[in-house]
Order: sequence, then structure tokens, then C-alpha cells
Amino acid sequence: MNGLSQSGLLVQQIGYQNKMFYRTPISAFFTLVFPLMLLVLFGALFGSERINELGVTVAQYFAPALAVFSAASATYTNISVGTAFQRDMGILKRIKGSPLPPWLFFAGKVGSATIVAAVAMLIMMSVGVLAYGVTIFPRTLPAAILTFLVGAACFACMGLLVAAVSPTGNAATAIANATLLPLAFLSGLFFPTTSETPQWLVTVGDIFPLKHFNDAFQATFLPNTTGAQFDWFALGYMALWGVVSLLLALRLFTWEPRSGD
Amino acid sequence: MSAIEVAGLVKRYGDFEAVRGVDLTIEEGEVFALLGPNGAGKTTTVEIMEGHRHATAGTVSVLGHDPAKAERSFKDRIGIVLQEGSVEDELTVREAINIHGGAYSRRRNTDELVEIVGLETKANARVGTLSGGQKRRLELAMGIVGEPDLIFLDEPTTGFDPSARREAWSAIDNLRALGKTILLTTHYMDEAQNLSDRVAVMADGRIVAAGTPESIGGREHATTRISFRRPGDVSMPFAARVEGDMVVVEAAAPTVDVHRITSWALEQGLELEELSVSRPSLEDIYLALTEDQ
Ligand SMILES: Nc1ncnc2c1ncn2[C@@H]1O[C@H](COP(=O)(O)OP(=O)(O)O)[C@@H](O)[C@H]1O
Ligand SMILES: [Mg+2]
Repeated sequence: MNGLSQSGLLVQQIGYQNKMFYRTPISAFFTLVFPLMLLVLFGALFGSERINELGVTVAQYFAPALAVFSAASATYTNISVGTAFQRDMGILKRIKGSPLPPWLFFAGKVGSATIVAAVAMLIMMSVGVLAYGVTIFPRTLPAAILTFLVGAACFACMGLLVAAVSPTGNAATAIANATLLPLAFLSGLFFPTTSETPQWLVTVGDIFPLKHFNDAFQATFLPNTTGAQFDWFALGYMALWGVVSLLLALRLFTWEPRSGD
Repeated sequence: MSAIEVAGLVKRYGDFEAVRGVDLTIEEGEVFALLGPNGAGKTTTVEIMEGHRHATAGTVSVLGHDPAKAERSFKDRIGIVLQEGSVEDELTVREAINIHGGAYSRRRNTDELVEIVGLETKANARVGTLSGGQKRRLELAMGIVGEPDLIFLDEPTTGFDPSARREAWSAIDNLRALGKTILLTTHYMDEAQNLSDRVAVMADGRIVAAGTPESIGGREHATTRISFRRPGDVSMPFAARVEGDMVVVEAAAPTVDVHRITSWALEQGLELEELSVSRPSLEDIYLALTEDQ
């Protein structure tokens, strides 16, 4: 029997990582279910209120924002934590001893996490449309899809970087949560930033890609806009973060368990 | 060409020298055991040959490759079972084998592999539900999924109960039957004796003895020990020493010596209780070789 081709291997690696995700109930819960619970919670708390500065309903704002949160969790958190724990267990070392080219392993992780993020986003937006009357604009759909894919891939690469620098799985869990949650707050994922938000918070938010991801994706669901709503600056900024993270991750990545704890 | 040629291998971790000048040659088709206590440097040596670690000094050639280069064509020809490897609990046995096997250019059939390691009834079970011995046999199957020319097994049965060990041994015997070159490490004497064609005893970073399990440590020349319970106060017409209740004769020519002793006993009308003739076991040799390190 002959070996698989490169594309065959890529498909196999993506399928493998997908299986790992759906068979790990805790990560599937936090990525797919938990953000939906937040949507239901925000819906129940703020129901028919409108966000005055944007002129939209609470659901019209939070469905895309929570889809972005799902995407970050599906990519950044799951890749960093999952990979670091696989290293602790010696799974990465075993894979390193096989002839699988490393880039295919990373591509499998990024590809699979991006697909999971897309599934989470589709679930979130479907619930938004069906249960909370969220409106979708065909005019901005291409921008929404492109923004989402670039954002998810960017956070997947950042997840690889956290996996590379974390000595253990526990450390990766701590780093991922301690960075994603505060950033989600100050990037407007859990409440909109307003004119009263302190300047330094706005500045910190501007540095990291999450706010650009949220703002650009968000913009494709606002009613009072014109045009296709491609935010080229945000797309470029996320791509830059993604590429730099990926290059650093490839440099710093180790396959052997590191002593720790 | 030999499968493995290692000369003057040294590995330092910081100031600590874990491997102190090892020379080894392993021929194709040979089952070779590296035997030694924990901390002897077995894993370090083997993982340098696999390409997982880098030598501080010395030359290493494995299947004609320098393993430190970690070439894909090299990894394609070897199979590795790590001392502390593991398999994803979330996958089934079949999936784990298929995914691990994906990148090898030669690919052994999954059903055959499952059969070789005796996991037929577990092929569709999640890895997380397997016992320790079953997991190790799965790792064995994954180690040979690419039809390797050379297989590394680092402590394949450590921590097993006796029946799990028998099953692993029979799986390894199946590999031998396929004509594979196998390098295994172990700290179990009986494992080295049962599985290998040749043994090297490693202690404290050095090879202290090498040879067939029968000959190692000069065992073939070691004197045979004849012993029996001391038959009261009689004088014996041959050199003997008393160890507790027992009389021990170190026999250079056992056939003659046994004959002399039993003839003498018959003449005296003595029954020699607990009469035994034995040679030092590999275990005795191993303990003698490794205890003063
Ligand atoms: N990565 C490492 N860093 C520092 N010391 C190590 C490392 N790996 C092994 N050692 C030390 O080297 C010695 C040999 O270890 P090892 O090769 O694992 O021996 P064995 O496999 O025979 O038990 C031990 O004293 C061990 O503590
Ligand atoms: Mg070891």
C-alpha cells in the first residue's frame, strides 16, 4: 500500500483534529454551548433594548460579538491548550518521530480549528436570526465571511504561539484564559465600548487583533451602512498578527515534554 | 552494512555525563537488547539513534543515515515505541493506527497490525478504555505501521503484570518472525534472555558487557556450582566450602566432579540431600556487573 499524498494527509490531519475536538466534551461545551448561553442571558437581561450609539437591538450586536468569541475560543484556546497537553503526554514526541512533515500537523490544527469556528459562528448566527430577529444583509455577506476566516486563522496561529511558549498544558490553559477573557471585555465582545470608555482601555484594545476582528465582523451586521463593508485595515492587521505569531511559533515550538509543575 | 553503528558516543546534560563513550554495532535482522538499571543511559542512547536527542560527541549511523538530521526518508524506515509515549484517548484503536500511519510510504494493513499485537476485539474501542498492557501493544502496532526496517522498543513491558508481559513478548516474537531488526531496552533479565539474540549490559553510561544471552559476562566459562546439604561430620576427599548448612563445590569439570562426589557418597552410604548442579544465571552475572557501578 502506498502512502497518502500531501493533500490526502492534510485532509486526514484536519479530520483527526476535528475528531479530537468533538470527542473532548469540555472544549466542545465552551466553544459551542457557552457562548449561546451568554446570548440567551443577554437576551433575557436586555430583551428589547436598543444600543443607542449603534442604533441596533441587543441581539443584533451580541450575536456577531459572541460568534467572534466562539471563534477565538475554537482557535486560540483550543489549539494552545490541546497542543500543550498533547506535548505533556508525549503525543507530540511520538508524531515527531513519524515521517509526517511538521507543517502538515500545524496546518491540520489551524484548518480544523477554523472549521470548528465556522460551525460555532453558523450556530450562533442561526439562533440569532431564528430566535432573536437578527438581520443579515446579503450585500455584506462576502465581507462577513472573509473577515471571519481571516480572524479565525489569525487566532489559530496565535494559539500555536501560546502552545509553543507554554511549558505545560496547565500553563497554556492559564495563559489562554488570562489573555482572552480580559481582551474580550475590553474589545467590546461582552458589552459595547462607548464614549465613556477610558482612553487607555481603548488604546490597549486597539493593539490586539480581537477588537479589530469584532469591529470588522460587527460592521457587516449594522443596518445603517452602505457598500460591501470590507475593512481592509482590520484584515491586514489580523493577517500581520497571524503571520508573525505563526513564524514565532514555528521557531519556538518544541515537541518534547518539558519538565515543569 | 550494519543496521546501527555507534562509536565513541557521549551525551552530556549540563555537567552530567549520562553516556560515557558507547560503541555498538547491530546487524540487520538481529534482535538486540540493551539491558541495564534505571538511569544507566539506555533511553538517552536509543533516542539519539532515533533522532530525538543529539549526541555531544561520537559518530552515529543508523540505516546509513545520521539520525540527527531527522530526514523524512530516515523516519520513513524506522519504527519507534517510546518509553513514555502515548496515544490519544479520544481515538479508536483503528483510527490511531490509521492516522499515525498516514505519512509512511509503505503502509501495513490495519487489520493485520491489530492481529499481530492481539487487539482484534478492541479494534473499534476508544484508546481511553484500554488497559496499560493493551495501550502498549497498540503503541507497538503504531511503531510498525510503516513496515520499518528497524524498530526501537524502549522498555516495552515495564510495569506490566506477568500475563500482559507474555502477551507483549509474543507480539514482539511475531516481529522477529517478520525478520525485523529490533533494538529493545529493558531492565528485566528474563526479557533480554527471552527475546534477544544479543545483549549489551549498560551501567552508568557505559557498556560493561556484551554477547549472546548464554555467553555474556564470561558466563560460559564461569564455574558450575555443586551443592548439597551438609551430611554431618564427615571428611570429604575434595575441595569444598561450607556455606551455612550447605556444602558447595566449585566445579571446573562438572561431569567428573559430580561423578566423584556421588561415588564418594555411595561408598560412605550417604544420601546427599538437596543435591543441585547450577551455573550462575544471567541475573547473577547482571547483578555482579552492575552492582559496583
Ligand atoms: N533531559 C535530561 N536532562 C538531564 N538529565 C537527563 C535527561 N535525560 C536523562 N537524564 C539523566 O541521564 C541519566 C540516564 O538517563 P536515561 O537515559 O533515561 O537512562 P535509562 O533509560 O537507562 O533509565 C539519568 O541519570 C537521568 O537522570
Ligand atoms: Mg529509560
